[in-house]
Amino acid sequence: MKRIYVNENWCLGCHLCEYYCAFANSGMSDMAKALKDKPIYPRIHIEGDERISYAVSCRHCTDPICVKSCIAGAIKQTDGVVQIDREKCVGCLTCVLVCPYGALSPDENGVMQKCELCLKNSFGEPACVKGCPNKAIVYEERGETE
Amino acid sequence: MKNFVIIGNGVAAVGCIEGIRSIDKESKITVISEEKHFVYGRPLISYFLENKTDLERMKYRDSDFYEKMGCEVLYGRRAEKIDTDSKRVILDNGTEVPYTSFCVAAGSSPFIPPFEGLDSVKKKFTFQTLDDALELEKAINADSKVLIVGAGLIGLKCAEGIYGRVESITVCDLADRILSSIFDADSSEMMKKHIESKGIKFILGDTVSRFEKNKAIMKSGKEVKFDILVIAVGVRPNTALVKEIGGEVNRGIIVNDRMETSLPDIYSAGDCTEGNDITAGEKKVLALLPNAYMQGHAAGVNMAGGDEVFDKAIPMNSIGFFGLHAMTAGVSDGEVYEEKTDTSLKRLFTKDDRLVGFILIGITERAGIYTSLIREKTPLSTLNFDLLKKIATTASFAPEIRRKKFGGVV
Repeated sequence: MKRIYVNENWCLGCHLCEYYCAFANSGMSDMAKALKDKPIYPRIHIEGDERISYAVSCRHCTDPICVKSCIAGAIKQTDGVVQIDREKCVGCLTCVLVCPYGALSPDENGVMQKCELCLKNSFGEPACVKGCPNKAIVYEERGETE
Repeated sequence: MKNFVIIGNGVAAVGCIEGIRSIDKESKITVISEEKHFVYGRPLISYFLENKTDLERMKYRDSDFYEKMGCEVLYGRRAEKIDTDSKRVILDNGTEVPYTSFCVAAGSSPFIPPFEGLDSVKKKFTFQTLDDALELEKAINADSKVLIVGAGLIGLKCAEGIYGRVESITVCDLADRILSSIFDADSSEMMKKHIESKGIKFILGDTVSRFEKNKAIMKSGKEVKFDILVIAVGVRPNTALVKEIGGEVNRGIIVNDRMETSLPDIYSAGDCTEGNDITAGEKKVLALLPNAYMQGHAAGVNMAGGDEVFDKAIPMNSIGFFGLHAMTAGVSDGEVYEEKTDTSLKRLFTKDDRLVGFILIGITERAGIYTSLIREKTPLSTLNFDLLKKIATTASFAPEIRRKKFGGVV
């Protein structure tokens, strides 16, 4: 399946992906209205040190431990995509406790959110990839390890 | 065609069903469910009382789960005994269910100490099942004075659940600190202060000596008046079925990494088991939902003729009270790295070049990175621990490892 990958040699650490992500999941049609003067809660975030930076979002693991650990059964994997039913989530953070990539975080109301590849929002494909000015983030098939 | 039987209908049972069906789509699966409810996440019962979820959303799987998985669920039935000669599970109504292999996923039961005068208490509850929560909900009102015996995870989650719906909540515990199973002294104190600030009262280092109707007389002589009593001193794994037929049982049913008991064709998973805790290096009862699922899955795969081990069990908890979140994992042993403020705490335990445990309060972002290092026993010399101990970040990993994780399928 297609996943999001980042080339850390090309990532500028500009954080634009975080803004595109927050916009894509805001449900609004105007980026300025959606984000201006508000704290953002993106599902992708920049990590790194003084030498290197890269964007981190859900890896859509082939054997996702978050799915097995969710106390509410709110996280499911469908056709490889790990998705969260935010209506069922109670915000216990067990998924944060187990995700080896640090890819889940709560929204402003404490409900968990994660990258769902923009498949459920109006973008239909990852907004971070479209918005990356240096084409460091890509959405492609890299073959399964199994 | 085989006959698989699962005793219990909690999360371990779901893991078992999904494990079986990953290998065997045909054979019969019978689930014996003492509770008359569709499978739900047991820890959700406090969130249910808090109105953060409801009976529909609490369902752990879609409503057509059993149908899709081809399971027959016998609701309201209890497995009474096992006849290993005829390979049958005998139920409370006399029904005999034949098995090729079966999995005991029977969970645990609240332990009720023999308090003097307990019979004189009219409204007393435990807090283990959805039915317990429903009954407690019926009994409470805005004037209720609630006494909870036990300041562990269950007792305090119960307190949070009913908070705001009753007049007062007092929690007592024989231990001198709250959440003593996961916290050390000062982390416990930090959480206690936070919970106390919401108006919940604690009586610690003291226990009930006897009950007189609506009054608890403590060992210290102190008297506590209440009209609702919740007993949450602990749980005991349900081991009787396996013990009776000679299976190896300690506190829990002893299982290996394949979730096999000491008896042929009999598996066990979830809160009733005692399996390998890789951080303690010994068998432990690890009554935790993620472990229950993973044990159940391994049991199911192996019952169906596949081969799966669950050899990464560690104690771990993510627990929040009134907006303050805490996470703990592994053991509190070895060298300590610590960051502490008035409202937050990070304590990492390292030993022999490994991260072996942590306690986090208030700073829980990306804690799973720490957990995975414990689970995978990653040598700390392979990464930048000076960076990692300050921030849970994959930037601390060796570049080639990081590129593999983020550049390929994991």
